[in-house]
Amino acid sequence: MKDDIILLGHGGGGLLSHELVTRKFLPLFRNSYLERMEDGAVLEIDGTKLCFSTDSYVVNPIFFPGGDIGSLAVHGTVNDLSMCGGTPLFLSAGFIIEEGFPMEQLEKIIASMAQAAGSAHIQIVTGDTKVVARGAADDLYINTTGIGVIRYEGTISVSSIAPGDVIILNGTIGDHGAAILSKRENLGFNTELLSDSAPLNGLVEKILKASPNIHCMRDATRGGLGAIMAEIADQSRCQIILEEKEIPVKDIVKGICEILGFDPIFLANEGKMVVFCSQADAQKVLKTMKAHPYGTGAAIIGRVGEKNTGRLILNTLIGGSRVIDLPPGELVPRIC
Amino acid sequence: MKYIDEYRDPALAKGLLDKIAGLSKKIGQPVTIMEFCGSHTYAIGRFGIRNMLPGNINLISGPGCPVCVTSIHDVDVALHLASQKNVIFATFGDMLRVPGSHGNSLQNTRASGADVRVVASAANCISLAETNKDKEVIFMGIGFETTSPTIASTILTCHKKRIPNFSVFPVNKVIPPVVIALIDDPALNIDAFLCPGHVSTIIGTNAYEPITQAGRAAVITGFEPVDILEGIFMVLAQITKNRKTVAIQYSRGVKPEGNPRAREVMTSVFYRGSSEWRGLGTIPESGLLLKESYKAFDALNKFEVPEIRSIEIKGCCCGDILRGIKTPNECPLFKRVCNPLNPDGPCMVSSEGTCATYYKYH
Repeated sequence: MKDDIILLGHGGGGLLSHELVTRKFLPLFRNSYLERMEDGAVLEIDGTKLCFSTDSYVVNPIFFPGGDIGSLAVHGTVNDLSMCGGTPLFLSAGFIIEEGFPMEQLEKIIASMAQAAGSAHIQIVTGDTKVVARGAADDLYINTTGIGVIRYEGTISVSSIAPGDVIILNGTIGDHGAAILSKRENLGFNTELLSDSAPLNGLVEKILKASPNIHCMRDATRGGLGAIMAEIADQSRCQIILEEKEIPVKDIVKGICEILGFDPIFLANEGKMVVFCSQADAQKVLKTMKAHPYGTGAAIIGRVGEKNTGRLILNTLIGGSRVIDLPPGELVPRIC
Repeated sequence: MKYIDEYRDPALAKGLLDKIAGLSKKIGQPVTIMEFCGSHTYAIGRFGIRNMLPGNINLISGPGCPVCVTSIHDVDVALHLASQKNVIFATFGDMLRVPGSHGNSLQNTRASGADVRVVASAANCISLAETNKDKEVIFMGIGFETTSPTIASTILTCHKKRIPNFSVFPVNKVIPPVVIALIDDPALNIDAFLCPGHVSTIIGTNAYEPITQAGRAAVITGFEPVDILEGIFMVLAQITKNRKTVAIQYSRGVKPEGNPRAREVMTSVFYRGSSEWRGLGTIPESGLLLKESYKAFDALNKFEVPEIRSIEIKGCCCGDILRGIKTPNECPLFKRVCNPLNPDGPCMVSSEGTCATYYKYH
């Protein structure tokens, strides 16, 4: 495939995104923080451990069942900071708005961001606004950058993952991706399905309190559970084994996937995370997660195998197994 | 979930696998089964069926993935049409990544500025045409007898509604001629076919008779894992008894006579002409072209297409792999230049094609 132009798939969280980051950005930006390639950078300044993360939000439609681009922009960065084991404290917000965008909609989005920040107990402390000519952007895009403080004693990182670790997921997968798809043009689905967009810092706080043996956490956003697990397998060089029958999927999400030819494992989530912890603490962590509103559907979905090729293996519903790779790029409906 | 969970039941699967193991032991020698349809290939990969089967059962992917068998030339024509001014080029999502000559694809063409839209059905083009009256909406008609009736019905609707700005780039194909082409091939090394479930809901069982007449087993099979395992079991049973008939495993969808009404819609709009299959060459009477009375909806009639000299990939063995004569490892391009991100041939284009599968597991 020609690689002289950027394709939509370069932003899809799959193989193309991975190649773009590792081949184009990393070699020129290289430093020890970036090389860790995690959800955020962990910085140590005068003995204080901080986490620092940024994300841009370009979701379409900007209002979707269960949320909007504003709340998503807050939750997304709050979650990225939380996955570093940090307590999110402050956010910045940058807006790129298309000329002609209705003020009323902008007000709604700002209100939604304010509410999301309030319930995640963080403050938006700096920002920026740019307006571009009609057609130069699609409605509006938001960037949020956040900073948090890490008080956890253990090291939360892919490098801490060890053979025998247990993998816990906090609920059903694919809700956000399927909710967005159901509202896209032409598909005409009539569902009650809501996005799972949620701030996970409260849940993470409980998890970290419950066990000193949390090794890694990741939120399963773009590319879904499949993409982040394949990425973790690759980065940790450990074999990761998932049990398909343990991975919770709502019937409505299954149905949408069957119609469009998608696999829920690659659908985006905005309020789902996986936790890698020692086997000894797994039940305790699971119980803690189940007791939290954003973890009621938590389940142990797999384990870490030996250190070898860094492959992700899915034991399928019928007892087979398959290797899961990063999806190539853009997720498209299939007919065959 | 109804219609899903019962067909993914581990106990049912285990029971069928035990039966398959018993029969394959009895047969002893290797059995090569071609799953005809891209959706079979996808399900086999997704549920990890291949490595659950006994060692002497070999599954290979056939020419039943409409995306994979679309010729390089047809992809090049699609790229040309999509690049025309004031054109909205609508396609099924699968086509986006399929490379034509020079590695270009609809995905690249879109990134370079063409208005390429992914639609879930040809019928989506009706509203697209009605809301974009200043543009021509061209639909890329790919697929077999499962998609052709809905494409035909969209053309009939546009004809009735007098929608002038809709046309189809007709590259639909039909299954029966390729079945015969495969069977007639003296080098063919396939013992049995899992015949396509959904195509058969339209065409019924007749088209597969040549398979059994040629001494091979044929089972029309559904797309859930339990369907596929039962299909394989039925194939092995036919081989053990040495009684080859066209059997229907997918009885909840397929009737022996198929769907005459859908065929009627199809034949009212299309006639059969020769068509080029990637990897298999030109097969007479295997393509669907627009009848004279519907020529107004033929994109090739509306737009001038210059002579495009498409460049076939030298060394690609997909044709031989599709017929079971070669394995991917015997192809000079395999892994060296041809891989899932840069696929050269159809068997690598589809994420679960024979080459893509070998690439992952071997």
